[in-house]
Amino acid sequence: MRTILLRSSLLISTVAVLVFPAISLAQITSVQQQEWLNSPAAVSHVGNITGNAKAGAADYRRYCVGCHGELGDGNGEVAPWLDPKPRDFTLGVFKCRSTPTGTLPTDEDLFNTIARGLVTSNMPQWNTFTKQERADLVAWIKHFSPRWQKEKAGVPIQIPPEPEVTAERIKAGQDVFNRVQCWKCHGVTGQANGPSASTLTDDLNRPILPYNFHEETRFKCGTSDQDLYKIFMTGLDGTPMPSWSDNIKPDEAWDLVFYLRSLQPMPSKEKELAKQLGLKPVNPNAGQ
Amino acid sequence: MTSSRWNISGGLLLVFLVLGCFQDAQALPAFARKYGLRCSACHEAWPMLNYFGQKFKDNGYQLMNDRDAPIWQNPSYWPVTFRITPIWHRESTDKVAIDTAAGPNTSERQITSNGFDITGLDFHTGGTLEKNLSFYVLPSSDNTGAFHFETVMARIDNLLGSPWLNVKLGKFELDNLVSEKRILTLSSYGGSYDIYHFIPVNDGNTFGQIGDNQLGVEVMGHSVDDRTRYSAALLSSSDGNPGLLYGNGYTGFFTFSQAFDTGKLGVQRIGAYAMIGEAPTTYFTSNNVPIPGSGIGNKSFNREGFVGQFYFGQHFDVQVVTQHGWDSAWFGAGYGDFPDGAAPAGNGPGTGLPVGARAPSWNGVFFETHYVYSPQLIFIFRPEWVRMSQQALAAIPSSLGNLDTYVFGYRYMPIMTSRAGFAFFNEYSWNRQRGTAPDGTDLTGSSLMLGIDFDF
Repeated sequence: MRTILLRSSLLISTVAVLVFPAISLAQITSVQQQEWLNSPAAVSHVGNITGNAKAGAADYRRYCVGCHGELGDGNGEVAPWLDPKPRDFTLGVFKCRSTPTGTLPTDEDLFNTIARGLVTSNMPQWNTFTKQERADLVAWIKHFSPRWQKEKAGVPIQIPPEPEVTAERIKAGQDVFNRVQCWKCHGVTGQANGPSASTLTDDLNRPILPYNFHEETRFKCGTSDQDLYKIFMTGLDGTPMPSWSDNIKPDEAWDLVFYLRSLQPMPSKEKELAKQLGLKPVNPNAGQ
Repeated sequence: MTSSRWNISGGLLLVFLVLGCFQDAQALPAFARKYGLRCSACHEAWPMLNYFGQKFKDNGYQLMNDRDAPIWQNPSYWPVTFRITPIWHRESTDKVAIDTAAGPNTSERQITSNGFDITGLDFHTGGTLEKNLSFYVLPSSDNTGAFHFETVMARIDNLLGSPWLNVKLGKFELDNLVSEKRILTLSSYGGSYDIYHFIPVNDGNTFGQIGDNQLGVEVMGHSVDDRTRYSAALLSSSDGNPGLLYGNGYTGFFTFSQAFDTGKLGVQRIGAYAMIGEAPTTYFTSNNVPIPGSGIGNKSFNREGFVGQFYFGQHFDVQVVTQHGWDSAWFGAGYGDFPDGAAPAGNGPGTGLPVGARAPSWNGVFFETHYVYSPQLIFIFRPEWVRMSQQALAAIPSSLGNLDTYVFGYRYMPIMTSRAGFAFFNEYSWNRQRGTAPDGTDLTGSSLMLGIDFDF
């Protein structure tokens, strides 16, 4: 009798240890989210890979939940100590997109962001996942926001072929930099010390710093010229960085890309041409 | 009586329920506090690294997010973690020589003991000194509090701006993908990998132990995503002991591995390693005491094998390491062992090999299988076998020294957060070595252990 009781208690205890975490995890998702998770829409599509939301749950819990939280609201246990704060997935607002401002990113945008990480933040490069695992995570992340249930992702913007870098284009890029007043935030030398820099806040009213072109070699949303082009033509939603697609023509955008490259610390053709030009920082007061 | 039974059962249930209700997972504190990541981000189960953790280590304990340098940390951040493990264990050896009325060691019997204990204390301190300059220092004590330096190394990363060129100097763990320093099992026969330390019975080579931290310099490199990685280390043949105790022998340790994306199964990795070295076999003596550093007659040895890390979805994986080992006949004859100040007979210059001496060789393998129920609960099973393929003398029984070890257990991490690590573990290990009992028969031992492994 004693043996039976002891065995029973051990069995019940073991089952409890195994089952309770699963029950608790299930409770954190709302009924609406559960319905969506069970629907055929709870997937992502990246190339020929189809990600499944439920398959991404375990990896999310292992790797992401500490910062982004069980509910995906950016309130993970370490969030209070992080700056910048983790993304709140429930809002469905993302910085790094190939789609116009205000629209949802494509699955591929999220897929790439996971692998690329976000430089100067605590989001590392999760390029250790398989592509399938990343696609699964994308599908899981999408389940946090009702936007994905109501809206479709935006249509990626068209990026014209990159022209050749010339001194004239760099000078023209500086003119664009001055005209659309990039210097107000990024500073006349691109050192993130413009007159508005200290006052910037994100959409959640949290202080945010502009990008410092003199310090960084990578951008938040990539490393290539195309990535930089996308940043100011789509904007970084949720931050003070707007989309300039209505104010800058595609050709001018490439000029701006070349000028901004000349401000970065690493050696480049743009930097060399700017040096040859004797390019001085913009003077916002010129002509007044 | 019935009431007390229910009390016991209820108490057990309560303990498990309380443990089971904690939801948070994982963190190795010194790095977790710095980066705000949970332990589960870097550890399949603490302390065993997962792929992301291996990449973090290969980057010199950097996330490569341009915020790795200490200047970005709160000045009060202090990169220190301590780890210690209180345990209860039961140890049993089936044949121990004992004294009888007939004289010393004239009989043998099984000795089994049990009781509470503690492990040694580890003080891990590591991280970055500046971007791409990292360090790791680990003063470690045994359970009496006697300290030694387990790890002391500095590392320069991304030389020439490339992840393919990183250099470290000091005393460090060899580039073993299946790391013994991060082993999940801690019991007497499960706390190390046999093939990382194996030497044949009466062999004098103490230098070829790939599980021990070694003194030297290592160049390693990897692709940005760590799919491809290599390392090459030049080591003093001293088995990591500081001071010029031995001679002028050096050992090389080389690894290469490649990982593959296999979709839903995960990332699989296969690789190979080789340790090729030479070490002294005899020593000059003074009053029959070896003169430190006077080792001569360097002879060679090598260990090589394959490594596989195979994942079958998110819950099941197998880590495999094989080894073929070979020692010079001199080691096989018992030369080489620095005898802690006392030279064994004939371990001096001018001695010769016994007639018919051969180079001993062996083969070994272990399969460490994990069932990862969640980042907080992992079950472990590991069989390990070593088989002699050639003894040092033809007259030695072919199976002498053959090892069989089986380990199984689990680790449950109920409250690991990004501030501390805590694991309740329970394991059993069993080991048999052929022909090494006092009477020349097989020697069998077992170890049952449960305890709390924690760090902060």
